[in-house]
Amino acid sequence: MEAVEPRTNYLNADYGIKSWLLTKDHKRIAVLYLVSITVMFILGGVFALLVRLELLTPGPDLMSSDTYNKVFTMHGIIMVFFFLIPSIPAVLGNFLIPLMIGARDLAFPRINLLSWYIYMVGGIITLVAMVAGGVDTGWTFYTPYSTAVSNTNVIPTAVGIFISGFSSILTGLNFIVTIHRMRAPGLTWFRLPLFVWAHYATSLIMILGTPVVAVTILLVAMERVFNLAIFDPTRGGDPLLFQHLFWFYSHPAVYIMILPPMGVMSELVTCFSRKRVFGYNFIAVSSLAIALLGFLVWAHHMFVTGMSIYAALIFSFLSFAVAIPSAVKVFNWTATLYKGSISYDAPMLYAFGFIGLFTIGGLTGLFLASLGTDVHLTDTYFVVAHFHYIMVGGAIMGYLGGIHFWWPKISGRMYPEAPARVAAVIVFIGFNLTFFPQFILGYLGMPRRYHYYPDEFQVLNVMSTAGATILGLGYLLPLTYLIWSLRYGAHASANPWNATGLEWTTPSPPPTENFHETPIVTHDAYDYEDFDFETVPLQEVKVG
Amino acid sequence: MEAYSDQRERALETTPAAGPHHADHQHQFDSAAQQYDASTLGMWVFLVTEIMFFGGVFTMYVAYRAAYPGAFGHASNHLNLTLGAINTAVLIASSLTMALAVHSSQMGKRSALVTYLLLTMLLGSVFLGIKGVEYAHKFEEGLVPGPGFTYSGPDANQAQLFFSLYFAMTGLHALHMVIGLVLMAVLVLQARKGRYTKLYHTPIEISGLYWHFVDIVWIFLFPLLYLIARHE
Repeated sequence: MEAVEPRTNYLNADYGIKSWLLTKDHKRIAVLYLVSITVMFILGGVFALLVRLELLTPGPDLMSSDTYNKVFTMHGIIMVFFFLIPSIPAVLGNFLIPLMIGARDLAFPRINLLSWYIYMVGGIITLVAMVAGGVDTGWTFYTPYSTAVSNTNVIPTAVGIFISGFSSILTGLNFIVTIHRMRAPGLTWFRLPLFVWAHYATSLIMILGTPVVAVTILLVAMERVFNLAIFDPTRGGDPLLFQHLFWFYSHPAVYIMILPPMGVMSELVTCFSRKRVFGYNFIAVSSLAIALLGFLVWAHHMFVTGMSIYAALIFSFLSFAVAIPSAVKVFNWTATLYKGSISYDAPMLYAFGFIGLFTIGGLTGLFLASLGTDVHLTDTYFVVAHFHYIMVGGAIMGYLGGIHFWWPKISGRMYPEAPARVAAVIVFIGFNLTFFPQFILGYLGMPRRYHYYPDEFQVLNVMSTAGATILGLGYLLPLTYLIWSLRYGAHASANPWNATGLEWTTPSPPPTENFHETPIVTHDAYDYEDFDFETVPLQEVKVG
Repeated sequence: MEAYSDQRERALETTPAAGPHHADHQHQFDSAAQQYDASTLGMWVFLVTEIMFFGGVFTMYVAYRAAYPGAFGHASNHLNLTLGAINTAVLIASSLTMALAVHSSQMGKRSALVTYLLLTMLLGSVFLGIKGVEYAHKFEEGLVPGPGFTYSGPDANQAQLFFSLYFAMTGLHALHMVIGLVLMAVLVLQARKGRYTKLYHTPIEISGLYWHFVDIVWIFLFPLLYLIARHE
């Protein structure tokens, strides 16, 4: 198909800094988010490398213990609250949901822009708190350490996170209303791309979970400022209540990070195996099931806190239950690959990486959901490895796969395929070298959050640090060639992957209004077998 | 519900006439009805997030009330039942005036709309004023958590927990009232300019939803903090 270059698109419709900072176009806001979360990712990555560098040797040599505490705290806070949670929803979701459902924009464009500003204010406050001395509570802010003991910048950091939470809430709200009310004619719920289903489920978690952690973190700050007694054990307060409320959000938050890449997966696996997805309904409903069950498992973070053994049994059982909808997805993607005409473009390499790494991350989660095993593994590097397999191996692989897949749509340019494939392989190798040794370290008993360790653990730690270096280089590659492609990449056609989905029926990059006329949907999603791509109804491009 | 379908019906009827270039019609919507549906759903979803927000503190309250029933019962005696009851009445009255404001906007009565909005703001301010008086009493009596906490009853520590929750819960509620008052001030200014008509008054309706929600929060706070298990 020939590249169709529209004369005006969302990128060249207007110029100047003001046209970006005051834009209400969901595509431009997605780009704003893309730039900001990339900065945050680099910052969080630098902190990660500092942690790994310090752990190269068994004793402290790069930094003091206090500094080390602050460094891993800032790594966690930046990566969780300012990169992973907004990553796919605020960038790809923001860009694609209106395109995928045939709408001109999200339901509330001004609120969309507001959410970016709120994110920026929260981020800047947190960064200022960091520069002014940092915070050492870990990203979890456990009481009473955070309320009564730590003399670092807990209050401004808490305020920054509290504020940025509202950006997440507003994004979720916008998505829910948009998906309910803005779908194109003929686009029934069970014709929606699975990416949209995944974001619907994610949005439910955002609106139901985030307010709870918001009020909890707010009360931690108020306890420090106004001397409230709520989490203070010396006045009858219960620090464990904080953990319950914190994990009520922060466990589902893991699903905020993993559901969107699962949505990306469904798009990639179908497109690059040229097949209708296997078990559409099951994948769609499993997203909702993960969102629902995700709210009922939080106390598996607290098995060693002395909670009731009967409650622990139930939470353990429910944690195992989350494996079912997760496995449904993995099996269905695998079944989709079966007898497909698979091609190995860079996005698909990330998709393969995701499926493998997510499976390892998910299965090791079951070790931690088992009561007896968890006692041995709690707060060890096994936990660190487990959640990095989900949050880095899963979420970031999915994010990069999605960025590559939709890069032609976002930028109008093709990324260079050869370096992209190399980068995907480097990321995969670097990732496994970084985190697989940590499973063994944790199993052998190395606790997290200390920079001292016995000498016999050094070999594995050196492997992990070496892997982190490779991983870091692997991340720098896409950053470099994607920026390069903005200027030198080949112009992208409207549908370079021959993919189904409404976003591919409009030019790349799309015009500000997305579609020149509202599309009418007559097909199910992923109709790859029956679709004649030579006659994809490309939206007519008005020139002049 | 009736009001909902009312405006929607009218919006549907008038969409062709109003057309996509109608001043209140935002470009991303196909019709005024779709816009109205989206705005209303948006506010309901927002209220769900608010329920979860207050739900967090209510959970804390329930946990501690169950843990320290005696101490909480005694501590609640130190709240001023009369002022609390008056405030409840004031707030319920403000919900009535808000409902009347929404009704006036649906009828297209501009001056009535402005009057009822101003009345609602007045009642909201009275509530906050009375709340301020109550807070002042607590400061005078040394019932504010922290080093200056001087409480004569039994279980002073747990009583401090009660007052921590009292200030956190009523404080967050009062903050929501203030936000509501700011919203209504904007609505009054817009209404005086004739921004809202029989055909377009969505902001009034969804602000009404918000105000009623804030009232309902108080309807739960009042018995939980003031009424349950008072021991005179």
